[in-house]
Amino acid sequence: MRKSRLFTAILAASALVVGACGTADTPDTPAPGADGALTPIKLQLQWFFQSQFAGYIAAVDKGFYKDQGLDVQLLEGGVDIVPQTVLAQGKADYAVAWVPKALASREQGANITDVAQIFARSGTYQVAWKDGGITSPADFAGKKIGNWGFGNEFELFAGMTKAGVDPGKDVTLVQQQFDMQALLKKEIDAAQAMSYNEYAQLLEAKNPQTGKLYTADDFTVIDWKQVGSAMLQDAVWANTDKLGDPAYQQQTVKFLVGTIKGWAYCRDNPQDCRDLVVAKGSKLGKSHQLWQVNEVNKLIWPAGAGIGVVDEAAWKQTVDISQNTRNQTGDTVLTAAPEGEAYTNDYIQQALSQAKADGVDVTGADFQPQTVELAEGGA
Amino acid sequence: MRRLLAALAGLAGFVLLWEGYKLVGNPEGTVLFGTRVLPRADDLSMPHLLDVARRLGRPELAGGDPVWQVVLRACVFTLGITAAGFALGAVVGLLLAVAMQRFRIVERGLLPYVILSQTVPLVALAPLVAGWSGNLSLGPWPWRDWMTVSVIAAYLAFFPVAVGMLRGLQSTSAAGVELMRSYAAGWWRTLVLLRLPAALPYLFPALRLAGAAAVVGAVVGEISTGTRGGIGRLVIEYSREATSDPAKVYTAMLGAALLGLLVAAAVSLLERPLMRHRRHVEVATL
Repeated sequence: MRKSRLFTAILAASALVVGACGTADTPDTPAPGADGALTPIKLQLQWFFQSQFAGYIAAVDKGFYKDQGLDVQLLEGGVDIVPQTVLAQGKADYAVAWVPKALASREQGANITDVAQIFARSGTYQVAWKDGGITSPADFAGKKIGNWGFGNEFELFAGMTKAGVDPGKDVTLVQQQFDMQALLKKEIDAAQAMSYNEYAQLLEAKNPQTGKLYTADDFTVIDWKQVGSAMLQDAVWANTDKLGDPAYQQQTVKFLVGTIKGWAYCRDNPQDCRDLVVAKGSKLGKSHQLWQVNEVNKLIWPAGAGIGVVDEAAWKQTVDISQNTRNQTGDTVLTAAPEGEAYTNDYIQQALSQAKADGVDVTGADFQPQTVELAEGGA
Repeated sequence: MRRLLAALAGLAGFVLLWEGYKLVGNPEGTVLFGTRVLPRADDLSMPHLLDVARRLGRPELAGGDPVWQVVLRACVFTLGITAAGFALGAVVGLLLAVAMQRFRIVERGLLPYVILSQTVPLVALAPLVAGWSGNLSLGPWPWRDWMTVSVIAAYLAFFPVAVGMLRGLQSTSAAGVELMRSYAAGWWRTLVLLRLPAALPYLFPALRLAGAAAVVGAVVGEISTGTRGGIGRLVIEYSREATSDPAKVYTAMLGAALLGLLVAAAVSLLERPLMRHRRHVEVATL
């Protein structure tokens, strides 16, 4: 009897610990602003705070969400954080995610709907050395082509397939890191890069031969938008099941109104937005962040039908590529066309009319990008 | 004094090796039959150590704090996470070891799983832990992001303690156990007076391993979950700037190394008084 006392004590102690780890209550969606209190909302981002998310950051800091009765908390991403999964698990109310990846998660059972296609255009480039003899995807044959993998590579594969280059046989595929060192060291002939991030990193690096920064003249940029193999990227995703609830519908419209105002603010005040992002503790430098705001603005504006409206043709192209383009292992993003409500323009249309009524320019027809001077290291 | 000199000599040796390789190594790296056998020695891959040291002194971003301050702050943050994870892991490991020593059936049933637990890759585990913890709360306190990272650190730290301590608890001589039995000492008394002291020489190496594992767990956990403020986050943020600022990446790694040293030193501090005590015990048990 005496012998087992300690063991019992251990059992009791662990039972206590387990018992203390209760499950926090998950509140139902209350009608926003119903009783004057702000509705708490969590938005899961794809990565750390950077200008890619400037519109959401501005909407929080400038009070556009608060005006809608929402208290929005932005959740930073991480290496292993998958926004659409966080959303589907109910740990965020909305998530920002690329369309093909979110559709893939959808096919695996994540119940989510694209409610606002914030980036109307893709920002993915394939960057090569100007003197490397690559001017179009057809020139990739026989070269070493960097790609990120993990579902980030399908625009590249679709572009190559379109140009008659077999990604499985005609090129040497190289798994690329998140930095651009492989291209700078000429380990690869062309590297994948986002216009708003990795491409800027190239232009922030010093050319050891001249002692000056590399310039756009040193590189050839293949823009998948022009090749015609672009896919839709950053979109706001909502929980499909909850969209049946009128309170969540109402909240979604309000959330989108705030989001529209945030992005419109960043279009009109890129410097301000840069400062807001820098103040969030981003480790990327100021000129890099300004470049990023500017490039991201180009992906949104001008927005013919209004920011966030899903363009049917672009959607179809994204789904087509997702279903039909194979990567080197023969996988496609999707095995079948998305079922159910994969996207809807209902909420963004309501939000657009409300924003317009508030005097916001939601199309940015006369948007002009800035010319941003990058400093060494993006400082 | 001698140990300090040895440590300095080790450091000097490393500096010589690094800079020496940079001097003689092929900037393009040595490639044999299509495989790179020696790394590139160019400044982008291996910045001069002096550049790294200078980078520590320069501001992180234009007008910001110098890098060494940022790295040090991140170290302190991660040290807290590591300490929490280490403590939790050590307690769990100790309890498991005691339970396994006490009941053979527990040892037979549990030990394979304890070993199996370490074969689960951390990158697979971290998002899972982050997933569960979002809905948890510790009684009145809400769950915080750093706790997730601590749990991951504890998951790695408990293993060496459980295995090492089990070995230690079982290391008592048969004569010692029989002597205790002849005194009619119960299991608890035997544990406290005989087995625990006998286990100490096994415990401390295990704790050292656990300390190192907790650091790895904390750093990887931070990277994986994107937890803000620590050295893991800094490593990933700086490595994204490797294209234009290669020396900066190494400053964060220096921070991670410093963290490992700090934890190892802390375990040694713990060891000294307890191991001095052990000598008395040794005499008594023999």
